[in-house]
Amino acid sequence: MNDTLIGLAERVRQAAAAKAILRIRGGATKQSMAGVISDAATLDMRGYSGIVDYAPTELVVTARAGTPLVELERVLAERGQCLPFDPPRFADADGRLSGTVGGMVASGLAGPGRAAVGGVRDYVLGVLLLNGRGDLMHFGGQVMKNVAGYDVSRLVAGSWGALGAICEVSLKVLPMPVATTTLRFDMRQAEALECLHAWAGQPLPLNASVWWRDTLAIRLRGAHAAVEAAVRRLGGEVIPPDLGNAFWEGLRDQRDEFFIEARAAAEREKSALWRLALPATTPVLPSFLDTLIEWGGAQRWVVAPAEDTLVMHRAERAGGSAFRVTGGVGDGAGYATPLSPALLAIHKRLRESFDPDGVFVPGRPMRFSS
Amino acid sequence: MRTEPTFGDPPSTVADPGWANTVPPTLDPQAAAAPLPATPASTDAPSVASDKPARPPVAQPALVAALRALLPPHALLWRHEDTTPYECDGLTAYRERPLAVALPETEDQVSAVLAACHRLGVPVVARGAGTGLSGGAMPHAQGLTLSLAKFNRIVKVDTRARTATVQSGVRNLAISEAVAPHGFYYAPDPSSQIACTIGGNVAENSGGVHCLKYGLTLHNVLQVRGFLADGTPATFGSLALDAPGLDLLSVVVGSEGMLAVVIEVVVKLTPKPQVARCIMASFSDVRHAGDAVAAIIADGLIPAGLEMMDKPMTAAVEAFVHAGYDLDAAAILLCESDGTPEEVEEEIVRMEQVLVRAGATRLEVSADEAQRLKFWSGRKNAFPASGRLSPDYMCMDSTIPRARLADMLLAIADMEKKFALRCCNVFHAGDGNLHPLILFDANDADQLHRAEAFGAEILELSVAMGGTISGEHGVGAEKLNSMCVQFSETERAQMFALKAAFDPQGLLNPGKVIPTLHRCAEYGRMHVKRGALAFPELERF
Repeated sequence: MNDTLIGLAERVRQAAAAKAILRIRGGATKQSMAGVISDAATLDMRGYSGIVDYAPTELVVTARAGTPLVELERVLAERGQCLPFDPPRFADADGRLSGTVGGMVASGLAGPGRAAVGGVRDYVLGVLLLNGRGDLMHFGGQVMKNVAGYDVSRLVAGSWGALGAICEVSLKVLPMPVATTTLRFDMRQAEALECLHAWAGQPLPLNASVWWRDTLAIRLRGAHAAVEAAVRRLGGEVIPPDLGNAFWEGLRDQRDEFFIEARAAAEREKSALWRLALPATTPVLPSFLDTLIEWGGAQRWVVAPAEDTLVMHRAERAGGSAFRVTGGVGDGAGYATPLSPALLAIHKRLRESFDPDGVFVPGRPMRFSS
Repeated sequence: MRTEPTFGDPPSTVADPGWANTVPPTLDPQAAAAPLPATPASTDAPSVASDKPARPPVAQPALVAALRALLPPHALLWRHEDTTPYECDGLTAYRERPLAVALPETEDQVSAVLAACHRLGVPVVARGAGTGLSGGAMPHAQGLTLSLAKFNRIVKVDTRARTATVQSGVRNLAISEAVAPHGFYYAPDPSSQIACTIGGNVAENSGGVHCLKYGLTLHNVLQVRGFLADGTPATFGSLALDAPGLDLLSVVVGSEGMLAVVIEVVVKLTPKPQVARCIMASFSDVRHAGDAVAAIIADGLIPAGLEMMDKPMTAAVEAFVHAGYDLDAAAILLCESDGTPEEVEEEIVRMEQVLVRAGATRLEVSADEAQRLKFWSGRKNAFPASGRLSPDYMCMDSTIPRARLADMLLAIADMEKKFALRCCNVFHAGDGNLHPLILFDANDADQLHRAEAFGAEILELSVAMGGTISGEHGVGAEKLNSMCVQFSETERAQMFALKAAFDPQGLLNPGKVIPTLHRCAEYGRMHVKRGALAFPELERF
């Protein structure tokens, strides 16, 4: 077995024996979201890096956790393939896109293509997981159809370290789309949502959408003929490819104007940035300071006054959930929709079974209290 | 100082009340009126899969007495002749009669039945249509079979949100039929779709012939609502694209009824493609056919369906459906494109080019829908066609990397000689999922034994090739031994712990999916000593 891997497992066993805690770290690009506990020692996964296996005709790549995401995407692009769910590549403190494959899976975050193509967990085929006892365990595999045992590998996607450290992951990849076109429309929010619902119910190559300040942009992806036919049918303004692609990349990495403004305002402690996960057909939720809508209505980023305590309530009433990404008051309860008592009990027992000594400090989205 | 920011509480342990044998007296006058079954249940220890000691089994009269208070008389079966129809699922080689069968009609009844079984320590096996092929719904000898057949209502179709809310007993095909007038369908299409239920599909994470492009059940389900082992209601997933906490939906789907009982499912609906066309390609060599599959993917194509049949299978289905298949071909590929007319036109041209380059000896493109369905008729009838060749067949279900398809076919040809049994092959080639059909006569004990050894060897070779022992049929009772080959002791222990997190008493479908340490040790010992396998503890026919 690889020496680095043995070393990582040993660190965890020692921490468990010493009743110490560890903070799993990749590219350190999601620290504000993870809510770093500063007195925890670090289990740095960057030393366990590299692509283990890549067979383009299998549409499967296996990479170590520390592999930079941009490196993985470069290797895939050389063979005309990609991660279609557009995982965000946040910049670290020095402005580098240093996010890792492990961080991508642990956070489970996906970008503009999510509603059309699925999320991280839909592309995870297998993992090598280091649990809180220091055991290395494989779940899933390298094939698309696999129902042998419980699908622990998909459970690990978006687990923020609660079940252990992801050491390797096998991902389904897809061919890059043959054709991409961006269309822009002037539309109020309600009209944009109605159009998106109507279009999504038709066989159109609709791959991504975003609405902000009375502008709707959509990305069409697929065969040339299908994209061209859709452009003719839908109308709107065709955005030049360079501009269009740069726009979607900025949105994907949350570097676009909306996010820059929202974060800056949050830093000045005037407001908070919330992420709402909602049924796509939820009507317009009024009176936020600012709103950006993705995923055909299913993901809404809203800026609310720092002291607004009703954001979460409104998301839950619509059948969704809310998470306060940054800003606002206090870091305790009130930043995320809580779990039902039944699910909370399952979460506690799962955590106990994967990490009985509580070695790993999970990220903020996985911290729940009774 | 050690901070404990999350999940900090000690694990909630469920104390064993130890009253498994103290039967609560029934006060139900109906119960007193009808004669209760007198014979106590078998005293064999229940085959609970976890390594912890099981509680002594509950006698049938005690269970029936408890459930009679909760269910109308017609919703509870316990007499020998009434429970016999439930003794197996689609894997008929494995049979067991439950203590009783409950057919609740309301959610409150389901919850109450689960709570009663939880109190008594009685195992519960949920059951949909019973079409599963791995014995996942095989009853537990000391348990209750919980049939969800009465939950057969399509609750809501929301065309704007492109979702349907359906009860777990709704048939897979019934969903597509109900939403067809709106221009939608439900994408996963297991070959049993006319009969199998969505609850069973959730339990097995069922696939079908369109998985490569449209995904498995998991990818087409938003939310699952049901009950935990103790009768507590629970909802997994949400109508949004994600929900707070761990993505429990992704383990509940495919958990073979071991984590929760499913009552209602919200599925995603897919717009019906305007056009679908299919290419039927012949190859004179299985290697060329295998390479053609890889070449299609390498060219950046994702076919809506990509299926392979070998020569014996083609002969069998041609005799059955008379679709005009090429009987001289060593292998036939069916390659389908769907979408808008423009899109399909473009893809079919590309597919044809790749197939010709890969050495196809004959190509035919469906000209219309009737011809397309004709191309598929043989593939869809592979199982019944095999049933005409032989008194019995055993259907395998492993998945391997696509690049190994030809290697596997050639290895199976060698195994046919080794075990002196014939095997027909249909593959979901697009995702590497194999369905070799091993032909045998179950009345001949030696043939049955050889067929099992043949099957186990295919599964082991699949794991050795980097694949898995089950692609879509599930582990159930059938492939427990092969789980020992695919997973280490630590991994299996973690899976037991995962089950315990949902079901601390281990009462939902115990004994399935995850083999015990003891069983794997036995399997390893037998395996080395005899080079052949058997399932001595399981009843046969």
